[in-house]
Amino acid sequence: MTATVRSRKSEPTKRAGNGSRPGRHPLAKAPTGIPGLDEITNGGLPRGRPTLVCGGAGCGKTLLAMEFLVRGALDYDEPGVFMSFEESTADLVADARSLGFDLERLSARRQLLLDYVRLERAELTETGEYDLEGLFIRLGHAIDSIGAKRVVLDTIELLFSGLSDAFVLRAELARLFRWLKTKQVTAIVTGERAGEHLTRHGLEEFVSDCVILLDQRVTEQSATRRLRILKYRGSAHGGNEMPFLIDDHGVSVLPITSLGLAHRASTAHVSTGVAGLDGMFAKKGYYRGNSVLASGTAGTGKSSLAVHFAAAACRRGERCLYFAFEESPSQITRNMRSIGIDLEPWIRRGLLRVHAERPTALGLEAHLVAMHRLIDHWQPRVVVVDPVTNLIAVGSEIEVKAMLARLIDFMKLRQITALFTSLTEGGRAAERTDLGVSSLMDVWMLVGNQETNGERNRTIQIVKARGMAHSNQVREFVMTDRGITLVDISRRADGSVAIGAARGAQQEQARVGDRKSSRGRRVK
Amino acid sequence: MKNGARGIWRLRLYVAGQSPKSITALANLKRLCESHLAGRYRIEVVDLLNQPHLARRDDIVVVPTLVRQLPVPVRKIIGDLSNEKRVLVGLEVLPRDDKE
Repeated sequence: MTATVRSRKSEPTKRAGNGSRPGRHPLAKAPTGIPGLDEITNGGLPRGRPTLVCGGAGCGKTLLAMEFLVRGALDYDEPGVFMSFEESTADLVADARSLGFDLERLSARRQLLLDYVRLERAELTETGEYDLEGLFIRLGHAIDSIGAKRVVLDTIELLFSGLSDAFVLRAELARLFRWLKTKQVTAIVTGERAGEHLTRHGLEEFVSDCVILLDQRVTEQSATRRLRILKYRGSAHGGNEMPFLIDDHGVSVLPITSLGLAHRASTAHVSTGVAGLDGMFAKKGYYRGNSVLASGTAGTGKSSLAVHFAAAACRRGERCLYFAFEESPSQITRNMRSIGIDLEPWIRRGLLRVHAERPTALGLEAHLVAMHRLIDHWQPRVVVVDPVTNLIAVGSEIEVKAMLARLIDFMKLRQITALFTSLTEGGRAAERTDLGVSSLMDVWMLVGNQETNGERNRTIQIVKARGMAHSNQVREFVMTDRGITLVDISRRADGSVAIGAARGAQQEQARVGDRKSSRGRRVK
Repeated sequence: MKNGARGIWRLRLYVAGQSPKSITALANLKRLCESHLAGRYRIEVVDLLNQPHLARRDDIVVVPTLVRQLPVPVRKIIGDLSNEKRVLVGLEVLPRDDKE
């Protein structure tokens, strides 16, 4: 059978007469190498075609375009030409250095060619007819000289301020985009947004395959960058706005579409870090890959619970990434030492990493992008977010929920067990989380305070634990200088619970009572 | 006029092949030089199709482009040079006219 199949010559799958479309697939794509962007475009930008990236001033289009070339050169062996109409070569090199890219080195290796086109109307006299053939020759020569597969034109619209004949320019730009296709280069053309229009001079008319819009907004004093695929001919794409971040690692886009529920459910379990709490779960802990929520009012011991969980992971030799949004790493280690947990050795051995940041330092999206990247990069098995509620301060409720869902899915896919603490404001119903995020969680625990007889005592209870039997009792949660211990709550004869000192008295009474009654029975 | 009026005018014309615009520009330039700079000009024609690397080196985007290399400072004039007066003003052979 194999022979008969082999004897037939396979039909060439390349579409005849369409030289501008290389590759076998009608929609070949060129990966950008930018984390998240390839995911939302299902593989990258249309190969061999121009893509328009537009947005207002300072929205990040130049850096995104530059990273497309740098990643292309480094990761995909596709050299690139960057033709800049705006920034000088020296400025581009300096800007890219802030993202960790060494353009000079790439240029020296002929993986990149930077060309700064300077057109000053004040320095030019125009008389009679002209065209942009010089630009075609210049770009063509640049492409050929390094065998470029990628091209960036940033931003070619500046030609309109350098030259006065808009009619000629439009005709020449239309010709340029057709010509780019014949050169079979994957190109990014940037354009600056102007009011209602995507670009000042209607570049979108010339680019029909893919249009990406960038945006930077300032809400509640924190700037958030967003990216949206406005158009992608012939390809599925998420039409939502996706947050993105530019930092010293370059651009990262955070697709807030759900990753789906395809993850494998593990039957292995991990310890909560507190012996008494393990005992409340049928499997002596959480399932690996679970998302756990511990919510409660201030001072109920949420962070202590989180640290126990982290320390237990380190004792198993697993990496734990601890996101601290309230305290500095040194504050956490000092506080935990007071309840007998020393985190220093774990930090020194590289098993524990505390990433502390004030939530207001960045926008919500920026936080989440940074969290994704840290997790992706460091590959922890256990993650703590303490407290997740501080992220809410920097985003709206719907956004937070969507992004948290994404983060949770992301960790589940990697079988990372995550503990989120959540600060409930006093006076609110205990079983209402600030976010409605409890539905995203597999395990939900409530830690609380009970004020009785002039004492404040901590309690803990399990509200839910998916796929696992668990205790329905409220336990007393005691912090000792050797960590957290859980104590059964004593019940008085009238059914009320005794806690703290009252529990001690009740238990003492019960012991005495037991002795009495047993003595009585013996007498009888 | 004081700028190197006595020296040699070095002019370079960038074209792309033998296009009508290139031919017109060169013809216009020659005529203009003969009538205003006779005996003290030199024209060099650069065909970018033959020397494409010069487009980047000399920062050329538009063709035809005429560059006055001497006298300094460098001046650039684009187009087929069909408006003689504008060319002469652009080259500073004639003083700049406010109406222009």
